[in-house]
Amino acid sequence: MTTTLDALVRCIAVLLVFLVFPLVIGQTEHKVMAHMQGRLGPMYAGGFHGWAQLVADGVKFAQKEDVVPAGADRKIFQLAPAVALLPYLLALVAIPLGPGDLLGQSLDAGLFFVLAVMGVGVLGSLMAGWASANKFSLLGGIRTAAQLLAYELPMLLAAASVAMAAGTVSLTGILGAFHWWWVPWQIVGGFVFFVSGLAELQRPPFDMPVADSEIIFGAYTEYTGLRFALFLLSEYAGILVVSALTAVLFLGGWHGPMADSLGWLWMLLKTFALAFLVIWIRVTYPRLREDQLMRFAWTVLIPLSLAQLALTGIVKVVIS
Amino acid sequence: MASFPGRGLAKGLAVTLRTMTRKTVTAQYPDVQPELPPRSRGVIALLEENCTVCMLCARECPDWCIYIDSHKETLPAAEPNARARTRNVLDRFAIDFSLCMYCGICIEVCPFDALFWSPEFEYAEEDIHDLTHERDRLREWMWTVPAPPALDPAAEDPKEIGAARKAAEKAHAAAEAAKEAEA
Repeated sequence: MTTTLDALVRCIAVLLVFLVFPLVIGQTEHKVMAHMQGRLGPMYAGGFHGWAQLVADGVKFAQKEDVVPAGADRKIFQLAPAVALLPYLLALVAIPLGPGDLLGQSLDAGLFFVLAVMGVGVLGSLMAGWASANKFSLLGGIRTAAQLLAYELPMLLAAASVAMAAGTVSLTGILGAFHWWWVPWQIVGGFVFFVSGLAELQRPPFDMPVADSEIIFGAYTEYTGLRFALFLLSEYAGILVVSALTAVLFLGGWHGPMADSLGWLWMLLKTFALAFLVIWIRVTYPRLREDQLMRFAWTVLIPLSLAQLALTGIVKVVIS
Repeated sequence: MASFPGRGLAKGLAVTLRTMTRKTVTAQYPDVQPELPPRSRGVIALLEENCTVCMLCARECPDWCIYIDSHKETLPAAEPNARARTRNVLDRFAIDFSLCMYCGICIEVCPFDALFWSPEFEYAEEDIHDLTHERDRLREWMWTVPAPPALDPAAEDPKEIGAARKAAEKAHAAAEAAKEAEA
């Protein structure tokens, strides 16, 4: 009975985090992006500095008609937003928030699980692109696929480097083995992981698959109303997951002063600092061209991650 | 400063971060009134007391957006031997602000200082016909016209004041003379 209750409480907590944090990140993006461009951003919704803008957006999306194009593959078209969104919820389950068992579910193969499940998320875009019966959607979907192929590899190699350093693929295990000097040791891997995470989320400057000036909105072109909102939500949930995962793997997660009592705070601080970085990068850099995107992955990120892997191996052999 | 790879990227990040810490430029107009320059040219106001219906403004207007109607009135002679005077009376003075291009020629050309620039700008209407504003509305805007700029301290007096002073001195002198005659 207590285990059932315990599981239930954990599930609800993860669901709450999943529903609230992406909105917080989205609102932060609204305001931070506005101020970085010398604007104010939303100011009306909710009264105080537009804090309820995303709630208002949600209400607006819910009122819109749910259109499925005539030539579309109906089932797949309607399923795609869920496929894009749910993996991030699942990934969130395995990410530790604080020391001990302050997480949804401790998995032995946590790192594997999270990375595998995040790979599924990109399938949502592919399905949407293929099922929309629209040239631009198809182009967007294919670009998503190309980007996924190119960036999944450095991401996995960078994650593998941490797993090698810790000698385990369990996220709690990795955090347990963490020492502060891992940060400079794994910094190249952290860079590679974070950048390829951005690319997998199709965040600017890696948003070629949704380049509005070329292909309207890529795979999401035909979507309206709530389904479109789900795609947008999945992007922000993705930011949360990638930021949290980078914090866990490369910045020591809950490690910090008074980690026993304030561990969760450290984890949240690191996660939101990285989410801020995601927004900051989006505001600062222009979109990469498709060929620049590919060249960056294959000629910069993959060699860097391989070098990191080699460095990790050498240091590991030397200290053991 | 020595160049290092990615310096441009770092500079870009610095620019956006610096902008974030600065004050925004957004004008929250309906909530906060804009601070306009003192002699902003928002709308044309009419001081109808000064208007003599000379029609110069209506004739000079490049897009013919000033409508003036008037009639002549005969004033009875002031002195027994004088002729009766005729005078123009303004019946209608309207400016169609849907045609007006705010060139200000009417204001420049008015010889009697009857037209002025007012900084008022909130007179949008829902129907284009309502943008033809009649004399009462144009007169109302006179209250928003800022006072004319002060003269230089060493400048000579404006003509009106000079004329008024001359008249007053004349009257004073006449009164003195009358007093002396009495005594």
